[in-house]
Amino acid sequence: MKIKIFNKTTKVASASMLVASCLLAGTAFAKDTVKVGVVSFLTGPAAGVFGVPAKQGAQIVIDAINNGTMPAPYNKQGFAGAKMNPIFSDESGGGTKQVGLFRDFVEKQKVDAMIGYISSGNCMAIGPIADELKMLTVFSTCGTPRLYEEKLRSHVFRTQANAVGDSLAAARYITDMYPNEKNYTGINQNYAWGQDSYKFFELGMKQMSPDSKGSDKPQFPKLFVGQYGTEISALSLDKAKVVHSSFWDGDIEAFTLQAMVRGFFQKKIFVSSVGGSAVDALDKKFPDGIVMGTRGNVGLLARDDKSPLNVWFIKEYKKRFNALPLGPSYQYARSILAYKFAMDKAMAKAGSFPTQDQVIAAMKNIKFKSFTETISMARGGGHQAVHSVGYGLTKYNKKGKTPGAEKVKMYGPECIYPPAGTKSEDWINAGMPGAKCN
Amino acid sequence: MFTGIFKDTSVRVLIVFMISLCVISSFILPDWMQNNFMYGLSRGLAILGLMLLWRTNLVSFGHALYYGFGAYAVALCQKYFGITDILLRFTIAVVAAGLLGFCLGFILRKYREIFFAMLSLAFSMVLYGLLAKAEFLGSTDGMSISPSTLFGLELTRQYLFFLITFFVICAAVSIQAYLRSTLGHLTTAIQDNEIRVEFLGFSVQKAIHIKYVISACLAGGAGGLMAASLGQVDPDSMVNWNVSGELVFITIMSGWGNILAPFIGAIIFEFIRTYAFEWAPQAWAAIVGGTLLAIIFFFPGGIWSIIEKVFNYGKKKDVK
Amino acid sequence: MQFWATVFLDGLTYASYLFIVSLGLTIIFGVMKILNVAHGSFYAWGAYTAAFAIGIISDNDLPEILFLPAILISAVLVGVVLGYIIERFILRKMYNQDIHLIVLATFGVFLIFEDLIIITFGVDPYLPYQPAMMLGWIDIVGLNRGVYQLSLILLATIVAFGCWYGLTKTKWGKLLQSVIYDREISEAMGINVTKVYVVTFIGGAILGALGGAYVAPTTSVSPGFAIDLVVLSFAVVVIGGMGSIPGALIGSLIVGLLRAFAVHQAPILELFVVFAVMAIVLIIRPEGLFAPPKARKI
Repeated sequence: MKIKIFNKTTKVASASMLVASCLLAGTAFAKDTVKVGVVSFLTGPAAGVFGVPAKQGAQIVIDAINNGTMPAPYNKQGFAGAKMNPIFSDESGGGTKQVGLFRDFVEKQKVDAMIGYISSGNCMAIGPIADELKMLTVFSTCGTPRLYEEKLRSHVFRTQANAVGDSLAAARYITDMYPNEKNYTGINQNYAWGQDSYKFFELGMKQMSPDSKGSDKPQFPKLFVGQYGTEISALSLDKAKVVHSSFWDGDIEAFTLQAMVRGFFQKKIFVSSVGGSAVDALDKKFPDGIVMGTRGNVGLLARDDKSPLNVWFIKEYKKRFNALPLGPSYQYARSILAYKFAMDKAMAKAGSFPTQDQVIAAMKNIKFKSFTETISMARGGGHQAVHSVGYGLTKYNKKGKTPGAEKVKMYGPECIYPPAGTKSEDWINAGMPGAKCN
Repeated sequence: MFTGIFKDTSVRVLIVFMISLCVISSFILPDWMQNNFMYGLSRGLAILGLMLLWRTNLVSFGHALYYGFGAYAVALCQKYFGITDILLRFTIAVVAAGLLGFCLGFILRKYREIFFAMLSLAFSMVLYGLLAKAEFLGSTDGMSISPSTLFGLELTRQYLFFLITFFVICAAVSIQAYLRSTLGHLTTAIQDNEIRVEFLGFSVQKAIHIKYVISACLAGGAGGLMAASLGQVDPDSMVNWNVSGELVFITIMSGWGNILAPFIGAIIFEFIRTYAFEWAPQAWAAIVGGTLLAIIFFFPGGIWSIIEKVFNYGKKKDVK
Repeated sequence: MQFWATVFLDGLTYASYLFIVSLGLTIIFGVMKILNVAHGSFYAWGAYTAAFAIGIISDNDLPEILFLPAILISAVLVGVVLGYIIERFILRKMYNQDIHLIVLATFGVFLIFEDLIIITFGVDPYLPYQPAMMLGWIDIVGLNRGVYQLSLILLATIVAFGCWYGLTKTKWGKLLQSVIYDREISEAMGINVTKVYVVTFIGGAILGALGGAYVAPTTSVSPGFAIDLVVLSFAVVVIGGMGSIPGALIGSLIVGLLRAFAVHQAPILELFVVFAVMAIVLIIRPEGLFAPPKARKI
């Protein structure tokens, strides 16, 4: 009996395959709008300080480009002449849910491109699906190096450099500024981003300061837990003075608050690779003297940068949202810029509205001007950006009544990223040959 | 057990429904809906398993244990042995979950009511605790699943959908055969009066154990198919307690009158999900919660009871 | 020595927090036989309301002494309002229904109130750190401790004592105990069971909200932060014995101390141990460690 069922199914299958193959042959033609899914955390603990500022940063740049009011070199209206119609979507709920939504975006909403994603877990989940569905996807914020080191991606770009640089720059800053501190530990979230961040910090410390020693009990609490009393005790008992953390979202704030009321920061040198958002949220209550990074020359560390694009961005952001742009605002805005840059370039080359393949070809290896520096997509087969990463000590600016940083040091991409085609881990273990640090 | 099974009305309706689903979704409906049918049918298997337990008045608040176990079995077999064949994937998921269910069944078969629910919850959270913290199991990121193959050939989404439908038909027909057997009839009797069943000379615990293993197999198969059709597994959307809650919710929503009910319920759930995300992304949980309350208060028999009323169907004695 | 003292104190702080939340859950189960998933909503709403109140106080430079009353009032307010709404409009219609359906209904309520939080309070996290800052820290066995966090232990002690006193020394408490023991007989003896139910549910809700409100100053109050707590408090209640008040105390101590030990010694097992213990207790002694095995009729 079962055979009979199978026969029926096969008949239906072969008939419908014919129809499906007819439907699949799509064509590209000139458009006046491009439909783009922009995904960031709109609910959950990562919404307030990450997802929403990210969305706002994207909104500003999208509107400015649609209206042609963006300063040079992006003053030409539109994306290859078309207006962008962004669909903002929520990133929370885990990788599996996001994969389902991604399929909906591609197959149901029929978007032209996908931009965004903050969590490294989600990027790892979306990467293979984007290639499978052949959908141009530009990741904005997520940082796990596994994305390109496991496999090169055909349709996936990332305009944010990966965690290797954040961690190596942190290790450099510690060895530069606190050469006598030899013991370190860490508290990182237990997923791709946290695990990789601490791993590369540890590898970097071993190379840069060979007699340093990592704690045997670094902490890896679950993402979005919010209660760290016990972890803070465990770190305090540890004799290591340097504490590395790649906490982000609500977790960094919760941790800072709980650690602050216990005088933790007076006893430890706390290195936060992405805590810039918490500094703004806690404002003048945020303790001074914490080693703080923003994953590039953006957000907190870019407040005084006088590049015209940066000045424009801060001004517009303040005007529209009555707040200062945070790291994620820059990162999302930057992905939009990269997309525009590639669209315009592909259009110029093709002479007509570009197909997706032409845009992808155009985006490979581009060097595009971002807010504070020119960014090159020089790694991961031309799909992965590198840029400089800096750290500074938090210092509240009493005059301007805004949070700020002092003793800022920027490390260029040649200092903290392996050359193209080399795996980060191998490169660091080989002693970082060819690294140029000034 | 299988004699005359294809003369059974429920089986015939099921087969007609599934095949017309394939035809309609291939020729008439837009492509994206096929995803929803695929997820719905896969998840429906787990619901079918819960429905079986429900007939004995056992509600598992931890069935995501098997759902997730099946999904992770597929993910780990791909990672360590490179297995991507869909037939193997389905078999592995079913067998792995079945074995786990067989072991835990020795303990769980003695439990009833809220204790059964709580112990299932505890077991599923043990698995969650491991998966969420262990780096080699992917921690909270989970793992990616590559597209499935069949005998070494790449499967298109279309064929994957047909195969899933085929698996679902096989599973549902077997379940109907089981329900028609003495063993299946026993389970309703157990709900009525356990002691009476014992006096008839049957072992209640054994009957429940068998049913529990079947239910675990179904949930495992559901997880395996879900992993294959989604392309991703992670503990928060496969094993956490609210996933179990969601599964029980769909069971209530579907109603438990017929083997077809779980699949219709699960497909409707997928569509609620899709449209809730599109129209009210921040009120998704409220929509699900509101639906749940509305079902409990106004349609305690679930969607199936509505279908029964509309089609005046299901007056056979094996229903209810 | 310092290590064990630290583990003990960490565990105790965490246990106090779990105890306050789980106590409400266990009382509700004991009296009404309802496993209330919506308990997480009380917790979350308590935290949000307290955070909101603390924000108002510190924004307007009102005296800092108002923080404590603000927290307590928020908890009571949330408990009374939400507790009444849920009991009156959802649960009261379901008392004769299957126990599983009731659990599901509270799950539905939980989902709805999760989103209502976003609609009411927005998605931005609240950081009501002022009360915790105000109290500063002290040194205990060579380790700084937040005074506010330590005061949680005090609060838990007060709550535990108050509960014990209320149940054993007052008339109302004795009524409650008789309903816990046998609902039908109590009803026959003329106890207004409906009234007992409303009061119990509101009482439990206040405790849940108090847990959230009191913890708010030490954390970042953001959407979705109650999800993990729901199942954790289930574990506490099951370990101690569903419906047993001393059980909730022992359950939270076990979970708190185990978790603290795991975080210090083997962080990877942090979640695993809690639920493994829950499963083991259920296998060996399904009624939980403290519930008298005979008190329940099945």
